[in-house]
Amino acid sequence: MKNNLPEDSAPSIEVKSPEPGAYNLRLYVAGQTPKSLAAIANLKAICEDHLSGRYSIEVIDLTITPQLAAGDQIVALPTLVRTLPPPLKRVIGDLSNTERVLVGLDIRPRVQEPS
Amino acid sequence: MNDQQGEAAMHQLSKTATGIKGLDDLTFGGLPTGRPSLLCGAAGCGKTLFSMTFLVNGATDYAEPGVFISFEERPKDLEDNVASLGFHVADLVREKKLVIDHIHIERSEIEESGEYDLEGLFVRLGYAIDSIGAKRVVLDTIEALFSGLADTAILRAELRRLFAWLKDKGVTAIITAERGEGQLTRFGIEEYVSDCVILLDNRVEEQITTRRLRVVKYRGSAHGTNEYPFLIDDEGVSVLPITSAGLEHKISQEAVSTGVADLDSMLSIGGYFRGSSILISGLAGTGKSTFGGSFVEAACKRGERCLYFAFEESPDQIVRNMNSVGVKLKGHREAGLLRFEAARPSLYGFEMHLARMNRDIERFDPKVIVVDPISAFRGPHLEIHATLVRLADICKSRGITAVFTSLSSVGDQMNESERSVSSLMDTWISLSDMEANGERNRVLYILKSRGMNHSKQLREYELTDDGIHFIDAYIGSEGVLTGTARLAQEAKERQASMVRQQNTEKLRRELVRKREATERHIAELHADLAREEDEVDTIINQEEAWEAMLGSDRSKMAAVRGHHHEK
Repeated sequence: MKNNLPEDSAPSIEVKSPEPGAYNLRLYVAGQTPKSLAAIANLKAICEDHLSGRYSIEVIDLTITPQLAAGDQIVALPTLVRTLPPPLKRVIGDLSNTERVLVGLDIRPRVQEPS
Repeated sequence: MNDQQGEAAMHQLSKTATGIKGLDDLTFGGLPTGRPSLLCGAAGCGKTLFSMTFLVNGATDYAEPGVFISFEERPKDLEDNVASLGFHVADLVREKKLVIDHIHIERSEIEESGEYDLEGLFVRLGYAIDSIGAKRVVLDTIEALFSGLADTAILRAELRRLFAWLKDKGVTAIITAERGEGQLTRFGIEEYVSDCVILLDNRVEEQITTRRLRVVKYRGSAHGTNEYPFLIDDEGVSVLPITSAGLEHKISQEAVSTGVADLDSMLSIGGYFRGSSILISGLAGTGKSTFGGSFVEAACKRGERCLYFAFEESPDQIVRNMNSVGVKLKGHREAGLLRFEAARPSLYGFEMHLARMNRDIERFDPKVIVVDPISAFRGPHLEIHATLVRLADICKSRGITAVFTSLSSVGDQMNESERSVSSLMDTWISLSDMEANGERNRVLYILKSRGMNHSKQLREYELTDDGIHFIDAYIGSEGVLTGTARLAQEAKERQASMVRQQNTEKLRRELVRKREATERHIAELHADLAREEDEVDTIINQEEAWEAMLGSDRSKMAAVRGHHHEK
């Protein structure tokens, strides 16, 4: 319920989370592959640009802890999971498309574009 | 030839038994070991149950732990669903023989940004396999990924990699997929999984569904190519391999009693041949079931196991009704010698019935079965024929003596099911009732009985309190007579013979009289002759006396004259 608020009440461009709510982000990767490294780098850059001081990133390497994959329903890698604020959000890929990441994490509302 | 092929196949390819009755037969051993097989079919045709059976059998019977990756059902639902097959999946999971992982992708929750792969799936699968040392894997239904992820190019590349990876892992896998229009699967998975493709089908014909299975391809192995009916019920999954039945069954010289003494004596060997198929056809109420029941009772008395497939009456009803004609089945049923399997014919298609009967026969291992009646099956006669051929073959190959009853309709010499099976049957007994003089009387006729010299007579029989009894046949100029017609004819006969007897008696008496008359006549003639002789004698005597007297008179006269003359 509460989580619908920002979307409904604030269709503005820059969403400031109403509370000083921090973004808890979890990034699942498998080993030090180019995609993994790109995803980590891209995520850090996006967070610095848009969530400065309001985020924490946890990188989980499934080659080391495969048992964690089932918990967050991980299929594709890399997967970025927003655990806080709710609801759970996922972005898959190397996060090279910043716009998509911002939309996927609800940092920026989905733009109603036909293309 | 056959052996060579079999050997070659064994050397080429090792196989993993599915433990599914029939499927292992028609694939000559099971699925290709260490390779993925594709199981495709429309929704609701049993893919999930089929593949779960593969895993459960592997875990319990072959010591091969398994991993079930479910893309559709949650583990709890899955457990509940397969519990209907008698599987206790939760126990297997606890015993580390089975892992169920539910992979759920909600497209609306996912934003795609940049390149990705399905390594997460690999990680989960690999982890699950390694955690219990799994040898078997099921991915059900992997196509769900297509609706969860947008980038099909990545998906296809990853699936190709996945199947190669499964092969590397050396697990025997089943990949399920939805049936697609114009191709085997909706997303063309068959392109990636090409070692073994099995198609499941669930067809509705005349409001009856029949599940069928076909092995579309099996690289490097011979396999049955037909469609085979299969069955999913509380006993699990079983496939009926049609072509595994042949004509090479051993035959027996032994006779088994029909349970009706009079019928035994009509068959020159004193009963049916063991392992033969018998058709008892007849009109309603002619006692087809009673003949079947008598046969069963006789078999039970010999200590043989009997399986009675009832399609029209409930077992209790049969037992009660048989009891009324002196066929006691209750005790045998309680002793476990006799088992009833009752089902409405319309419950499944007859192929399903056949599959079920096959399974029951394999499980109970009877010496004798009764199918009562085959005419209950309705459908295209080609299918009925095929089904019954298979049933008869199954029985023959196992040395089971099978009695099939069939209801004929009035005025119809043979109905569809009879016509189609008559050539299969070794013995065919026709029951009918003859209507005449306002009554019906039951008669029996042995249409054929292979390998024995049987009676060709029509025989009247009665269903009495203590079983079936035959009545001595009356065969006259007007054919076989039954009932009062027979009695009347017999009376007529008796009368006629009495008249004849009287006639002879009369003739005999006349002859005697004639002889007596003749003899009297002869006596009279004799008497006449004697009298005549007497008369003649008298006359002769008189004549002689007369002559003598005349002579003396003359001499006297001469003397008188001479004396006088001399003087």
